Amino acid sequence: MKLLRNYIDKIKPNFEKGGKFEKLHSTFDAFETFLYVPDTVTKPKGSHIRDTMDMKRAMIIVVIALVPSLLFGMWNVGHWHAEAFGQESSFWPNFWYGFLRVLPLIIVSYVVGLGIEFAVAQMRGHEVNEGYLVSGMLIPLIVPVDVPLWMLALAIAFAVILGKEVFGGTGMNILNPALTVRAFLFFAYPGWMSGDSVWISGMTKHASELIDGFSGATPLAEAAAGNVGSLPSIFDMFMGIIPGSVGETSVLAILIGAVILIWTGIASWKTMLAMFAGGLFMGLILNAFAANPYMELPAWEHLFLGGFAFGAVFMVTDPVTSAQTERGKWIYGFLTGLFAILIRVLNPAYPEGVMLAILLMNVFAPLIDHYVIEANIKKRLKRIKVKA
Amino acid sequence: MENLINIFVKSIFIDNMVFAYFLGMCSYLAVSKTVKTSVGLGIAVIFVLGITVPVDYLIHNYLLKKGALIWLGERFADVDLSFLSFIVFIAVIASMVQLVEMVIEKFSPTLYYSLGIFLPLIAVNCAILGGSLFMQQREYANIAEATSFGLGSGIGWFLAIVGIAAIREKIRYSNVPAPLRGLGITFIITGLMGIAFMSFMGIKL
Repeated sequence: MKLLRNYIDKIKPNFEKGGKFEKLHSTFDAFETFLYVPDTVTKPKGSHIRDTMDMKRAMIIVVIALVPSLLFGMWNVGHWHAEAFGQESSFWPNFWYGFLRVLPLIIVSYVVGLGIEFAVAQMRGHEVNEGYLVSGMLIPLIVPVDVPLWMLALAIAFAVILGKEVFGGTGMNILNPALTVRAFLFFAYPGWMSGDSVWISGMTKHASELIDGFSGATPLAEAAAGNVGSLPSIFDMFMGIIPGSVGETSVLAILIGAVILIWTGIASWKTMLAMFAGGLFMGLILNAFAANPYMELPAWEHLFLGGFAFGAVFMVTDPVTSAQTERGKWIYGFLTGLFAILIRVLNPAYPEGVMLAILLMNVFAPLIDHYVIEANIKKRLKRIKVKA
Repeated sequence: MENLINIFVKSIFIDNMVFAYFLGMCSYLAVSKTVKTSVGLGIAVIFVLGITVPVDYLIHNYLLKKGALIWLGERFADVDLSFLSFIVFIAVIASMVQLVEMVIEKFSPTLYYSLGIFLPLIAVNCAILGGSLFMQQREYANIAEATSFGLGSGIGWFLAIVGIAAIREKIRYSNVPAPLRGLGITFIITGLMGIAFMSFMGIKL
């Protein structure tokens, strides 16, 4: 490790003002601070709390929290491929197959996204922002495994440039970049983002080699068609052995991630809890009406289905786009859960509502914050008046 | 009753004036700098839409539509005055806006001055005329339906402008690239909000 530090210190002068590679300062800075906690400190004026926890460390913890979902997703991709084509299904070959299928998604995501981030940082002369480390890992997990790589690249370019960089980069965007990618794909290429055949690797290309009677429909599609009886068992849904986007299926893996996020204090448990409560509440309302079999689905089963758990743990809690105030987080999370189940069950155009519900509430999060702050100001003004 | 609620919810979320039809953009883009003024303008739009749509409904059904004048006598059964609808609707809207303007000037001069020229311009706000024309096109069965459509459209427009105003307040100190500051970024935000509002498209009530 010492060797690396020495090497960095040796080449550092080249990138500083007046050095040979002055123009690449942002790039150098990004790599240096990624590897080491920066040695620059605030000038001794006023009081500061110093902590080694900075943006890069926080983002890496989220990436670590995503690893269980990622590993499970890789295995799941292989497992369903083997199921669909009648091949022998065992642990390591499944995992290896899934690894080879998911790796290109991750590479495209990081190369395109970070490429744009670096280019913009150099152009505008600021540091490379860390936010994309997480988005780049989230994106492969929320798309179907068979999505063509050029589409993914196009969607990432759209989301990073128009969803984030035009607002000034990390921390300024109003919509969650990863969900913007998914929404772009969803509306631009609906054939690749929904339906029965996109969730299983290789199913669209080699449809003729499938074993007989294999449908590949996700449990959500089954439920929307009214076949509530043919849903997989609760155990399968909890473990995540169901077709779906790469990383969203396993509630267990997501919960491990949730524990890491809450334990380290990176994500707000209030938002998560509120979203589950909102989903449960809407599920109970639908149960009360029970106009069709889908509405009769027990409310708590909704929380295991589709991307609900993944959205609640990794998407809603995005500290940039969610509500910032503590009371706002409760309202924001609750409404997201509510709309997610509402859109999922009542809107026949979309099989899943989590993505759109989160985007919708991202739009209204600043408004929620505004009124929470206003209410607080009013409350405190009243306190002054009483004393006077 | 259920029908009324359906029309109301539909016109707020699904057929939102701003995000589904992109109507009323001029005041939406210009007055959305702070939440406070946009709330004022939003309420004015709700009020104007809530009154002009039912009034225009009555005018359309009892004066302008083909055969509407039949209550004058059999001779008028074939009279079709609907070519007058644009000018009559605009006249109704203009007089309503005049009324709102006087009320706001009397009760909240601060709001009156912060809204400035955009208050009289509600008269030519396409969302308002659009409301009346949609009412005509969709042939609502009675005045209650027309009223709930008018109020719903107004509330939908209100939600849109208040939502974007809160976002613009939030990004006020963001480091937006210089060429995009102001209107440019507002257009982009509107587009992104439109994507978010697509969550309701396709819901059948």
